Amino acid sequence: MTSTDQQPFLSVKDLRVHFSTEDGIVKAVDGLSFDLVKGQTLGIVGESGSGKSVTNLTILGLHDRDRTAIEGEIVLDGKELLTASEKELERLRGNKMSMIFQDALASLSPYHTIGTQIGETYRKHTGCSKSEARKRAIEMLRRVGIPQPDMRVDDYPHQFSGGMRQRAMIAMALVCDPELLIADEPTTALDVTVQAQIMDLLKDLQQEFGTAIIFITHDLGVIADIADDVLVMYGGRCVERGTKQEVLRDPQHPYTLGLLGSMPSLQGPVDVPLTPIPGSPPSLLNPPSGCRFHPRCAFAEKVAGGLCSKESPVLEVVDGRGAACHLTPEQKRELFADFAGTRHN
Amino acid sequence: MSNTNPLLDVSGLTKHFPIKGGFPIRRTVGAVQAVDGLDFQVAEGESLGLVGESGCGKSTTGRLITRLLEPTGGRVTYRGQDITHANRKQLAPIRSEIQMIFQDPYASLNPRQTVGKIISGPMEINDINPPGGREKRVRELLEIVGLNPEHYNRFPHEFSGGQRQRIGVARALALEPKLIVADEPVSALDVSIQAQVVNLLQKVQRELGIAFVFIAHDLAIVRHFSQRVAVMYLGKIVEIGDREDLYDNPRHPYTRALLSAVPEATVDEEPRERIRLVGDVPSPINPPSGCRFRTRCWKATEKCATEAPPLVQVEGNKPGHLTACHYPETEPTIPAPRLSKDPEAAA
Repeated sequence: MTSTDQQPFLSVKDLRVHFSTEDGIVKAVDGLSFDLVKGQTLGIVGESGSGKSVTNLTILGLHDRDRTAIEGEIVLDGKELLTASEKELERLRGNKMSMIFQDALASLSPYHTIGTQIGETYRKHTGCSKSEARKRAIEMLRRVGIPQPDMRVDDYPHQFSGGMRQRAMIAMALVCDPELLIADEPTTALDVTVQAQIMDLLKDLQQEFGTAIIFITHDLGVIADIADDVLVMYGGRCVERGTKQEVLRDPQHPYTLGLLGSMPSLQGPVDVPLTPIPGSPPSLLNPPSGCRFHPRCAFAEKVAGGLCSKESPVLEVVDGRGAACHLTPEQKRELFADFAGTRHN
Repeated sequence: MSNTNPLLDVSGLTKHFPIKGGFPIRRTVGAVQAVDGLDFQVAEGESLGLVGESGCGKSTTGRLITRLLEPTGGRVTYRGQDITHANRKQLAPIRSEIQMIFQDPYASLNPRQTVGKIISGPMEINDINPPGGREKRVRELLEIVGLNPEHYNRFPHEFSGGQRQRIGVARALALEPKLIVADEPVSALDVSIQAQVVNLLQKVQRELGIAFVFIAHDLAIVRHFSQRVAVMYLGKIVEIGDREDLYDNPRHPYTRALLSAVPEATVDEEPRERIRLVGDVPSPINPPSGCRFRTRCWKATEKCATEAPPLVQVEGNKPGHLTACHYPETEPTIPAPRLSKDPEAAA
């Protein structure tokens, strides 16, 4: 991580999450490790099925315990979460760690007012009275920038616009001043101007309270805007990590490079075709052998002996920077430079 | 862009959806002014992008052009023929020339039909028998969109999202259309798959010379795909022009704010200037008087409340670049430092 002297607030070590389904075992997360310090934002990038959401549901203990086999370690502020009882987790959820979901309309109850829903978490964790909880709800709504919070607190979710609902969700997640906030694609359903508002809001709140944020998204543009460190996931594994400057300026994994090549930009040449990644994301039921990206990788044949399809590359992280790829640094420098010329951003 | 003989000519296009209310007699109590007085042309083989936020009327516009909806006012002319209020019979020959690609590749394909049946559907309806038979044509189309022709007998659920969208493209191409209306064709797809489909559409547009109306909320993709771009806000076009003019020199405050809000995957030393728009888009049931953007505009004056600005070539605009604003922006946007020009990154 960027500031190595600080004790990590959240530490995930060799996390493996496997689901048993009718068709077999789905290896949704397969050996993931990362640390997060307070006041920092970790951006997790990946496409659908890369395991990014499962990782975070596991941190919160929201997985289906009967069907999930978990190995590894998740330590939050010195406390082991995977062995914690449901009661202990309940005390932590909403209080020390909380989550913002993608679809605010589906995540809010249509039968209860916004104020009750925000206040409920607060009451549960502080045991305060209803009127105090209402006061707190109004204060939270004001803080996330809802106009006339003392009136809107009695509104139902359907009376709010999309952006306001997402703000209400953020208010609910922050009501107990959590130290860890997990935001799972919080802006994907929103328009760009509203997305910009929400990201500014999260940045302001982080500055004020020193919250550690895990920000999950598929949009590298959003990562460039909000993250300090980036973790790129593919097929349940981390393929690359580093600071956002390192990852976006100088990608070291062909997948990250491919993602950047797939995105058109607002500036730069217009008549150059995009360079997409061929094929589609792997099935986690039956993932490819060796490096999971090798069937789609443009450089797999450059590695001698077909190593990419036989052996899974190890992610070696030095000073928070690393990529899981069999290519040598010299090869990457040479191969990636050609590629960078066709890049749009 | 020759305006002399456009493929599609839209003038004053308006669609108001009535709101029924009251009991026991359901009367019209108001109207959602989804689209209100649009003027634009699409030349043959050209791609026009329609961008805007949700609720700005871009999808309604697409449905009006394809006449899936009947306009409340204005005129839609296709190759010189007025189709604004044409009936089914009159529309039939035109429908085969105007096709549509939908957003959701899961909802827009019939799960009970094979791919072959889905793609040959338009040919059956229009009783078209290509030389060599429909099956041969379908296999050709599958090849064009980058799918295996052997997959003729498979069902949609056997394909991934990106492949399904390719099936949708093949179906749209089946009748050799002159114009395709693509409504958010890639927004449901993963980033790496988006690029595949965008490249496919671009290939189709160039090689087959098909005109596109490309509807999307992603400004970068629209810039990449469309030579001309129209920005919509609350049922009106606020700015339209060639992509270079519009993106490099936006004159409408909304265009500028929209562009500044797009997060880009670059890391700049100096953070980009970002215009924070306050509040939400007003309701199209009761839109603001005068300029519809004035409630969120930092330049708005009394004139903006009383007088709707016309869509004209304001001073300093290149020909074909029209802006609807009383106080157009004057400074061109300063491009942020580019990654590709960064000597460190190239090393």
